Parts: sequence; structure tokens; C-alpha cells
Amino acid sequence: MSELRIPPAPKRHLLSIADLERADVERILDTAHSLAASLDREVKRLPTLRGRTVVHLFYESSTRTLSSFELAAKRLSADTMSIRSAGSSVDKGESLKDTALTLAAYEPDVIVVRHPSIGAPKLVSELTDAHVVNAGDGKHQHPTQALLDLYTIREALGRLEGLRVAIVGDVLHSRVARSLVQALALVGSESVLVGPPTLVPRGLGALGCELSHDIDAIADADVVYVLRMQRERMGEAFVPSLREYTALYGITPARVREGQVVMHAGPMNRGVEIDPRVADSDAALVTDQVRAGLVVRMAVLYDLLTAAPVASRERAEVV
Amino acid sequence: MLVVRNGRSDSTTLSGRVVAPAQGIDESLHITVTEGVISAIEPGGASSLVIAPAFVDPHVHLRTPGREDEETIGSGTQAAAAGGYCAVLAMPNTDPVVDSATVLGALLEEARTTALVPTGFMAAISKGQLGEGLTEMAELASAGAAAFTDDGRPVVSAGLLRRALQYSAVTALRLALHCEEPSLSRGGHVHEGIVSAELGLGPYPSTAESVMVERDLSLAGAEARPVHLMHVSAVESVEALDRALAGGIQATAEVTPHHLVLTDEAVRSLDPNVKMNPPLRAAEDRESLRDALRRGAISCIATDHAPHARQEKDVPFEEAPFGVTGLETAFAALNTHLVEPGIVSLETLLERMSSGPARAFGLEEPRIEVGARANLVALDLDAEWTVAEDGFHSLSANSWLLGEMLRGRVVKTVADGRVVFET
Repeated sequence: MSELRIPPAPKRHLLSIADLERADVERILDTAHSLAASLDREVKRLPTLRGRTVVHLFYESSTRTLSSFELAAKRLSADTMSIRSAGSSVDKGESLKDTALTLAAYEPDVIVVRHPSIGAPKLVSELTDAHVVNAGDGKHQHPTQALLDLYTIREALGRLEGLRVAIVGDVLHSRVARSLVQALALVGSESVLVGPPTLVPRGLGALGCELSHDIDAIADADVVYVLRMQRERMGEAFVPSLREYTALYGITPARVREGQVVMHAGPMNRGVEIDPRVADSDAALVTDQVRAGLVVRMAVLYDLLTAAPVASRERAEVV
Repeated sequence: MLVVRNGRSDSTTLSGRVVAPAQGIDESLHITVTEGVISAIEPGGASSLVIAPAFVDPHVHLRTPGREDEETIGSGTQAAAAGGYCAVLAMPNTDPVVDSATVLGALLEEARTTALVPTGFMAAISKGQLGEGLTEMAELASAGAAAFTDDGRPVVSAGLLRRALQYSAVTALRLALHCEEPSLSRGGHVHEGIVSAELGLGPYPSTAESVMVERDLSLAGAEARPVHLMHVSAVESVEALDRALAGGIQATAEVTPHHLVLTDEAVRSLDPNVKMNPPLRAAEDRESLRDALRRGAISCIATDHAPHARQEKDVPFEEAPFGVTGLETAFAALNTHLVEPGIVSLETLLERMSSGPARAFGLEEPRIEVGARANLVALDLDAEWTVAEDGFHSLSANSWLLGEMLRGRVVKTVADGRVVFET
């Protein structure tokens, strides 16, 4: 049965992939694709968001996400400001609520939040009139990472529908994996989660992905997505040793089939979850992911600021 | 021992459908209270109200001493009065912990001047609730402790719990147990299941409760001592309780309104006011709790009223402390979500909120009979109201029901012969 559907209105915030519909994802990826052409120009700056303000509020260390967001906003001619927890009033014990209210007084258009605690971006979205973008909250979500991963896959393989993506490693502690699984389901790709039983939560089966504890399950995947293995997981007895983890789940040249592409959100632990020969091979899309991050974040800012509803009527009138 | 602030007894009248399940009463009556005592019960109360024995809450946190900004004996018992309660039992996980007759004595003294409804104070099982040495149980009992508990944390050592079960026999008091195996709950924020997996919140599996329930019931059985299980949340715990009861172990158990109404799906909102310990669990757990409440295996409804200062809950979900308030919303929430849809009868609800908890802790059951001290609640089952932050008598507003429209309202509470609440 066919049904007429009105495309969903752009959302006010980007807090979780779970808030998006397929049409939202496709619109953002299409915008990113058209913005990519601008990166090849000699003058790379677009006037689109001139006069808009984007604040980056980062409570966790970050190289690629913060630099990517800052550059994305600048390429669109927005005014930007970055607040890091170190060296700010957060150091003096200011609560997230008060920091958010302080920044809100400048009436920014967008606040990009990274925070170690789940729910922080949502709290900021409730306290301010700005559009809020979640740049990673604890183990919960990192939606722009999932969107840039989809973009990377689509550019490399030409499609998303019907692909099979193996996500390998510490799924339990990974906001990247959680966001990606939901995003893949939205666009009609299959995912299989591969890792030790202690690090692959059974509850994720409810999202429609397969779960496996055998590395051979990556054999029929189009994409092998490698997750960072953190050293502190040993102390918590999730795995007995990095040595055994690498032996069972490390992505080595022998485990990568011809035609597969390999992705990693970084930072990589070479020789642990990924063999350096794989990381440096043509199959690896790691630097493509970084480039995709820039255009996808430009597209997200563009989507929120040019199409999404504003918070209140008073504010709309001022604009 | 329950204490209440000194004052005159009141005379009043209540009319309506009198429902006292433990006494087999359900008829329209007119009740006269003279100087605090029920003096006449006559046929023919023409009113749409339900009159019932007032409620008993065996599990509240009054945050005194130490966090009087969150609740005091005065504000907490005003909240209790507004919720229809004629007695509450306060937990000892305060600062300092109620682990000595000195601290307990000071609380009882304060309650004599500020408690609007009769209040009992539980004392700690272990000194400082550190799980190492026993408190001076005999002295605490003679100073007026209502029971013993380390609530807020479990008695981790099986050896210490065994000694506590044995030694507490020198008193007439029972142990109330918060069942949580810390090596399984560590880092946990929500029930381990689909929602925790999807949201990435630290999982707190059902087994963190149920293995401790099994251990504690097994120790209680071996020592032939009664125990009370606090805030049971998981189907596995209910199954363990059923087996223990079938085997003759003297156990009672309580369940909270929020575990009876919500599931872990509510956590998707990331609202810090649905974060509590034990966490909201899955639909099958909730079904099992409702069934156990109907059957009577769980004989008590306890709010686990846990006030928190606004700034403590105005934080990301993951940073928020566990606990929600409940005294002022318990009846309305359960009437709306369990009685009206036909899941639990009004009679069962009233019994589990009054006689059930009183019996479990050896308190006098509120009764409707001539000559009894008046402990009565008048309920308007049709009244609709919206739970609002500024409507609480409690000093805290961390309710899981904020903004929700409920049906059923307490219109009058008589506690220990005094009218303590009236709309």
C-alpha cells in the first residue's frame, strides 16, 4: 500500500539519531554533498550563516570533533566561540545549568555541547532558546558522527540501502556505535555487532541488529567499523587482557576481505583493535571520515538555522 | 514507638462510603469523632466521599538531621498529612546516621514538637551504616527505634547480616532490608535491558537485587527471624519471596507507587525525576509486582519518599542522585493508574496502604470502630488535579508526576485523633 507522506519538518535540535526520520537523514546528507563542492573552491567560505552565532561548549577533551565543528561554522561565516571546561568557570564549580544560562544571555543561535554525562545536551536544550547539537554525551549519542559515517559510506560505496555493516569491539561503552546502529536502521542498512559477550549488550538486539561473538561474522559485511578499545576496560574485567582481545577481535589484513572498506571514528589504538597495515591501507576510510565530518557538520548547522523552527514567538519576531 | 507533636484532640464528623477492608466494612456511614476518639458510627452517610482507615508509610526519608533544606520532620509530616497518612517511618541514612540512642533521642524530641502525624524512626543496623559493626540494638530499641535498617545501602557482608538477625532477637524489632549486591549494581543508573542498551546508561541488572533477596531470605530462614524487604522491583525477587513464604519464612515486602506505575521506558525522557534506586524495571517486572500486591505476597505500599534539593536534580540524568518524592501523590497516582483501569481493586489498594504496612512493622492498625483513636482519611475519587511544583507541602518537588493530571484526592486526614489536613 502506498501512502502520501508529508516530509518531516526539520527538528529544533539534534540530540539523538532516535529523534530523526529517514527523510531528515537524507536531506542532511544531500545538503552535505552539495556543500562538499564548495571545499574545492579557492575561497572556501560561504556567506550562508553570516551574523549567526555558534557556541561550542566542550566538557571533554576533543580534537577532531571540536575542530570540525569550529571549522564548519567558520566556513559558513558564523561567529563562533568555544568554551572548554578547563580554564573556564566550570573549573570553579559552576553547574552546567548556570554555564548554559550565562551563554544563553548572548542569544546564540546554536550551542554545540559535548559532555561526559548522558542527558547534558538535553538539559541545555531545555534551558536556552538556542538550537542544541549533541557533540557526544557520555555513552549515549554522538549523532553527527553517525551522520558523517553514513555520508562516508554513501560516497565510497554509492548507496546505503541493503548494505551490511559489521561494528566490531566495545559496543557497550560506545556512543559512536549506539548512534550508528540507529542511523543504519533508519536508512535500510543491516548491522551486525561483533565483540566479546561482556561488551556487546544483548538489549541492542531489539533495534534489529544481529549480535555475534565470532570475528568471522564480519566476513560478509560491506563495511567493517572498528571501535576504540579502551585500556581501562581491563581493570573492570570486561576482557582479561588487550592481548587476548586483539587475538580474538583485532582487525588484521587476514581478516579483511577484498572489497570491504574499514572505518574507525578515532583516535585509533594501532596494534590493538586495528592492525596498522589495515589502518594505512586503501581499504581504510579514516581520513575520508574526517573530511566528511566537516561537510556534514556544515549541513547540520545549515539545516537547523535555515529550516528548523525557532524556540519562541518573541524570538521569531526579533529575527 | 511513634511520636507526634503535643496538642489537643479534635472533634469532627465524616460521612460517606466507609471502606475498611481489613474489617470487612463497605457501607454508607456517618462517623463522629469526639476529642480524638471515634464515638459513634451510624448508618446513612450521604456523601460521594470514600472514608477509609488512614495510610501508613513504612519508608520515608525526612532528611533530618543534616539536610533540613530538603525536608524536615515538620514539612515531611505535613506532606504525609496531605497524602492521607496517619503514620510514617523515617529512614536512618541521615547525617549523622541514626546509629546511637543520642541521635535517636534528639530526633524523637524534635518530633514531639514538630511532627504533624505520628512518626517512627528506624535505626541503623550497622554503625555509621558502614557494614562493619552492629549498632547497640538493645539500647536503640529501648530508646524508641521503630525497626532496624541500613536503607540507602545494603548490608554487604552476609556474616554481619547473620549476626544482626541473631542479635536483634534481644529486641522486638525487625530488620528492613535494602537488597542490592554492589558488585552488580556499581555504575548502574537504570534497569539493564533494552532501554539501557539503547541509551548507553550504566546498567543495574535485576540480579543486583534478586541475588541479595535470595541471600537475605535464606539467612532469615536459617535464623528463624522475620525480615522486611524494601522497595522490591524485580520479578526474580518476587519469585524468591514466593518461595520463601511457601517455605514458612517470616517475610514481608513493600513496593513503591513508581514501580507499580512506570517501566524503564519512562527513562527515555532522561528526566532526572524518573531516576531512583532500585531503578524502574521492565513491563514483566511491573506485572509481577502488581500480581504480588493483589495476592498479598507484597503486603505494603511504601513511597520511599526521597526529597532532593532542586539544584541536585537540575543536572544531566547521569549526574542526578537517585530518589523521588511520593507522600502527596501516592493515593492519587495509584487510584488513577491501578484502580481506575481495574488492575487493583480500591479495597486492595486501601488495605496495602494502611493495615498491610502497620502489620508488617507491629504498629497498631488504623481501625474504624467505636472507642478507637481516630485515624481516618476522606477521599474524593472523582476529583481531578494536576501535580504542580508549587503545590507540595514537602520542601522538595522532585516528583515523577510533575505536570500529570490525576484522579482521586485526599480531602481530609485525621491522624491520632487530630484533623491534620483538610482541603
